[in-house]
Amino acid sequence: MLYQFAVSPDFSPNFLPGWYVFNTWLQKQTKQNFHLEIYQSFQAQQEALSRQEIDLMYASAFDAAMLVRENGFLPVVKAEGFSDEAVIVASAENPINEIIGLSAGTKVAITANPDVYMMGMIMLESADLSANNIQFVNCDTYVTVAKQLLRAQADVGFFLAEAYDAFSDTIKSKLKVLVRSQISLIHHCLIVGSNLTHQRAELQKILLGMAQNEKGRSALKSLGFSSWVSVDDENMAFMIDVMNALAS
Amino acid sequence: MIYDMKPDDIAGIYQATTLHLFCGISRRVFYSDIETPFPDGKLIVSITDREGIITHVNKAFVEMSGYTDEELLGSPHSILRHPDMPAFAFKELWDTVSVGGRWQGYVKNLRKDGGYYWVKATVIPNIRDGKIVSYTSIRRKPSRAKVEECIEIYRRLSAA
Ligand SMILES: Cc1cc2nc3c(=O)[nH]c(=O)nc-3n(C[C@H](O)[C@H](O)[C@H](O)COP(=O)(O)O)c2cc1C
Repeated sequence: MLYQFAVSPDFSPNFLPGWYVFNTWLQKQTKQNFHLEIYQSFQAQQEALSRQEIDLMYASAFDAAMLVRENGFLPVVKAEGFSDEAVIVASAENPINEIIGLSAGTKVAITANPDVYMMGMIMLESADLSANNIQFVNCDTYVTVAKQLLRAQADVGFFLAEAYDAFSDTIKSKLKVLVRSQISLIHHCLIVGSNLTHQRAELQKILLGMAQNEKGRSALKSLGFSSWVSVDDENMAFMIDVMNALAS
Repeated sequence: MIYDMKPDDIAGIYQATTLHLFCGISRRVFYSDIETPFPDGKLIVSITDREGIITHVNKAFVEMSGYTDEELLGSPHSILRHPDMPAFAFKELWDTVSVGGRWQGYVKNLRKDGGYYWVKATVIPNIRDGKIVSYTSIRRKPSRAKVEECIEIYRRLSAA
């Protein structure tokens, strides 16, 4: 059987080759066929999910929560020491240095990433800003968000911290971070769908052992982290609780 | 466990009062006018058992409350109860979460050093296999305007 493996479209492009290396490693270890599909947008991924075309997925926290709660997916592992965080960024030329300096009518550039949106809105709340009194500028990618800031078409932008940090120093020198989340509760997660749930324990065992040999370590390195750690049903249930608590 | 506050732990000029807590304990508390601002970008998280005894705290909780992990774990959550908070707010909290609901509100918390900090708290029941097994509270940095409103409302409720 050929299983479909999807990787959340919000990871840094620097790791694109890494996911192909990982997929090859995974096929060797499991002696099974996985086809890696990297969707260009959350929209395209959503359509594949609704056609039940995904068996294994490196999912954003929001997608993982939804798929586990509603579509019978099960959590397997997450990257050790990594959590999803957001930054709110302005142009370096913007006189404002703190969230508290922002006022109603602020133009906020965002992507379709729901986790980053949720974290960004929580950070704006302390300055009395909400969806009711700001204007959104919708962007396809984080690069577009950065461009909107540089062209002064938006006042601030929301980024996945990891994606922002991966920008070149030249771009970062023209921007400034107003606030960075330190939430540590929300993370991407590798999850399995109904065709693969019977292999969850086996997959988990293989992945947890990945850092124990040279080939595995180098594949992990190309993904930007050093090992996988397990995510059990309770860990996932708690992350879902957290996301519900933060949702508004 | 929960003990009376100690004058030696308190920073600055303070007042004293006695709180009569739901768990049947009376607690001597000392409180000052020193506010610690909520740190930007962080969340304060704790989990309690079904009786409100703290079973888990995150780092931001320890930093903001001024207590150590050891002092917090096993203690009732009312260890943070500030005398300016109206009893009504906590009754509403418990009435909501104990039947499976989600409670949100602005809370003034008492630090170990007698100072205080304001939070916007969301408290939810952790439901597993249809049963409430514990409660989680997640606090975020509140809007200043909302805090000012609450100061006024809580003052009126406490006086009534
Ligand atoms: C998960 C959870 C978190 C709570 N967090 C706080 C808190 O931060 N500060 C506080 O004063 N009470 C908090 N409470 C409410 C306390 O349990 C308690 O009701 C309150 O301090 C008032 O004390 P009393 O009920 O003994 O009168 C929390 C309750 C729960 C279930």
